[in-house]
Amino acid sequence: MIITEHISKRFGNQQVLRDIHITCRPGACIALIGPNGSGKTTLIKSILQMVIPDSGKVIFQGEDITGQWAYRAKIGFMPQMTRYPENMCIGEVISMMIDIRKDQKNLDEELIEQYHLKEIYHKRMGTLSGGMRQKVGACLAFLFQPDILILDEPTAGLDPLSSEILKQKILKEKARGKSTIISSHVLSELDEMITEVIYMQDGQVLFQKTLEDLKQETQEVKLSKMISKIIA
Amino acid sequence: MITHKTYLIVALLTTWFLPSAQASTWKVGKNERFTTLAHAIQHAQSGDSILVKKGVYHEHNLIVDKSLCIIGQGLPVLDGEGKYEVLSIKASQVTIQGFHIRNSGISSLKDLAGIKIYDAHHVQILNNLLTNSFFGIYVQYGKHCTIKNNRIIAYGIEEQQSGNGIHCWNSSFLQIQNNVIKGHRDGIYFEFVTHSIIKNNRSFRNLRYGLHFMFSNNDTYISNVFTNNGAGVAVMFSNHVNMFHNTFHQNWGDASYGILLKEISDGIIQGNHFTKNTTGIYLEGVSRVKMNRNTFSNNGWGLKIQASCQDMTIHHNNFLNNTFDVSTNGTLVLNNFNGNYWDKYDSYDLNRDQVGDIPFRPVSLFSVILEKNPTTLIMFRSFISALMDKTEKLIPSLTPEQLKDQFPLIKPVKL
Amino acid sequence: MNKIYKHVIADIIRNRIVLFYTLILLLASLSVFSLEDTSSKGLLSMLNIILMIVPLVCLIFSTIYMYNSTEFIELLLSQPLQRNAIWWSLFIGLMTSLGLAFFVGAGIVILIFEPSFLGLMLVICGLLLTFIFTAIALLAAVLTKDKAKGIGLSIILWLFYAIIFDGIVLFMLFQWADYPIEKFMIFISMLNPIDLARILILMQMDVSALMGYTGAIFKDFFGTTGGIAISFTTLILWVMIPFMCSLRYFKKKDL
Repeated sequence: MIITEHISKRFGNQQVLRDIHITCRPGACIALIGPNGSGKTTLIKSILQMVIPDSGKVIFQGEDITGQWAYRAKIGFMPQMTRYPENMCIGEVISMMIDIRKDQKNLDEELIEQYHLKEIYHKRMGTLSGGMRQKVGACLAFLFQPDILILDEPTAGLDPLSSEILKQKILKEKARGKSTIISSHVLSELDEMITEVIYMQDGQVLFQKTLEDLKQETQEVKLSKMISKIIA
Repeated sequence: MITHKTYLIVALLTTWFLPSAQASTWKVGKNERFTTLAHAIQHAQSGDSILVKKGVYHEHNLIVDKSLCIIGQGLPVLDGEGKYEVLSIKASQVTIQGFHIRNSGISSLKDLAGIKIYDAHHVQILNNLLTNSFFGIYVQYGKHCTIKNNRIIAYGIEEQQSGNGIHCWNSSFLQIQNNVIKGHRDGIYFEFVTHSIIKNNRSFRNLRYGLHFMFSNNDTYISNVFTNNGAGVAVMFSNHVNMFHNTFHQNWGDASYGILLKEISDGIIQGNHFTKNTTGIYLEGVSRVKMNRNTFSNNGWGLKIQASCQDMTIHHNNFLNNTFDVSTNGTLVLNNFNGNYWDKYDSYDLNRDQVGDIPFRPVSLFSVILEKNPTTLIMFRSFISALMDKTEKLIPSLTPEQLKDQFPLIKPVKL
Repeated sequence: MNKIYKHVIADIIRNRIVLFYTLILLLASLSVFSLEDTSSKGLLSMLNIILMIVPLVCLIFSTIYMYNSTEFIELLLSQPLQRNAIWWSLFIGLMTSLGLAFFVGAGIVILIFEPSFLGLMLVICGLLLTFIFTAIALLAAVLTKDKAKGIGLSIILWLFYAIIFDGIVLFMLFQWADYPIEKFMIFISMLNPIDLARILILMQMDVSALMGYTGAIFKDFFGTTGGIAISFTTLILWVMIPFMCSLRYFKKKDL
């Protein structure tokens, strides 16, 4: 579904991505993990073309995305921390997003309901806490029933309850056959969701393995244990 | 009817009792006794009247050498065919009234005119229309002549091909009133003319000056309007010239002024309006002239006063909306600028005596710079030039320190 | 599809700074016209507001807005939108709201107190300067990643166009006072939109003074239909060129 072919990116004199080559098959739920500054966010941004790679290309559903933009309709992206236009209220942000994708008819408003966002539609974005903004981001990511979900640190800043709601939603979508890429530090919450792990360090992919393979290699049940074992 | 009868009786009586002073009226026209005016003049005697009926007369050069009263009825046309001087008046006490005089000859050797007065006195030129003349009305060695209610219109394109509307030379005691002059070289031209009055004339769209004074003393001009002339009005080398209540409007151009005053002394300039001229008044070598109650509005420069001027008193004038109120070319100031209203003055009047408490310096730094380097005009009204002006107002360095109004008025002078 | 600009406008119009700017302009223009006894003095003050305040506010506000919108732009980029469309929408949004602020705050008042060609010229020049300095702010914002640097850059740009450029021109005028450089000056004035706007207004404001010799050369250019057309084309180019540069840069920019 998504294949990155030999992507490299340099910011100034810092090489952030070195020859990244990953594959994301339909139905896969990939955990993108690695220490801070390992290039996870840059990789995600390359897929969305927010960062334009120096070399290499991204193939999305069989097509090179260079210079394309329509493919993003099939991606639900939830950024790390999002700021929205301060003077817009929640309702306006959501209706703006709907306005952008006018031709998209069947909307998934499940999260909006679960987070009771409609009750605070009139609140201005500038007045919201970080967690509230995360919720809005999550709702937007799922709203258009995308084929693939890319979630960058989705649970950071969310309270446990909201975090659980989000997790359940991810599982539900996974069951429907959607692909998911989640980047996270909190490995414990990934256990039950993921099928594959991509581990990045210093702008390189150390490995991309399925959870099954990892289990066999390390003889561990917990993801965090597996990783620490394999890194060591 | 009664007055008509009385007039007839009186006329009969006079002819009866004073046969020697018998005055006749001769008629000229298609079906009259005379078909040409020249013929009628030939037969008439001094004191007679000639009535000219409507029509077009080609009389070549008509010479009036008797004291006649020649009156046109229904604006008869005297046509000079572009070759002749139409009317030459060589006798005194002649009246010319109600003619349309057109197409005088053009000559570079002789000053051909529509009507020319040669060495005569008490000549009256009234209610005529002069079109396409080289010179319109020309007076030489005239005394006590009246030129009134004439319309003098030419279509001059070049100065060389065009004469003056009313040209007076070596004359005195003239009255020039209510004339309209348009399209000549100079609207009204005075050279060596004294003790004359120019009143209520309109002079506009002339190629050079609306009014041009040279070596003419003790003259007064009142309530005239000078608009859109090539170079405005010039008064030069004269003294005791008074100018009251005239309007100078839209005289635009580099060498164009409301009034150009050069080598003038002892006059009064009062109650005039200078509006939208490049320069309201340009003064050079002017002395002892009093200027008061004039209004300068929307001019490029209100006054351009050269350092050669002295003993001028300039007071109770209004300076409104001029780009520059006053500019000068030197630092020497021998004139008095006290007691005017300047709209650029923005100080205070704590004792409420309607006089500003600190003096006003009407010369801005930028106008001094502009005087030296005209191209800087392109920087006018920029922030940096405003900044320079403000600094200069606090610490005068380039602008003449002495040129200031000690008692600037807080409110405009009511006129 | 590309209807984001109306959302951007809706956002900026409610921005407190824009509201404040509108209010200040309104207060300034009303007081300037009602306190002065002649409208021409009011016009002079308005001229200074248009030439100094408008560019400054547009530059600083737009730069800050662009930086504050970084995350918003990221969000939009994750949507099926062209980069072109996003940048255009932001630009149109900023232009419309700042232009509207100027028009409501100053334009209407000018047209009421000075319903003449001069008044119209002031309003048009004010609007064009709003657009130009918004475009320049976009370029400044896209060129620098750091917010402080970006704001610094836009202040320097303002200082340059509003003051330093004129200082240099004045210096040149004095240095080459003996040469006929009037035509060259016309060209130079095209290089600074503030100067160009000022001269266009000057042509209407100080028409009598400009009929003099040097004035006549400027008048022959700036006073004719052709000259006015060239000047306005130049001003529009001043909107388009910085914007197009910023757009080119934005298309390749990493966020």
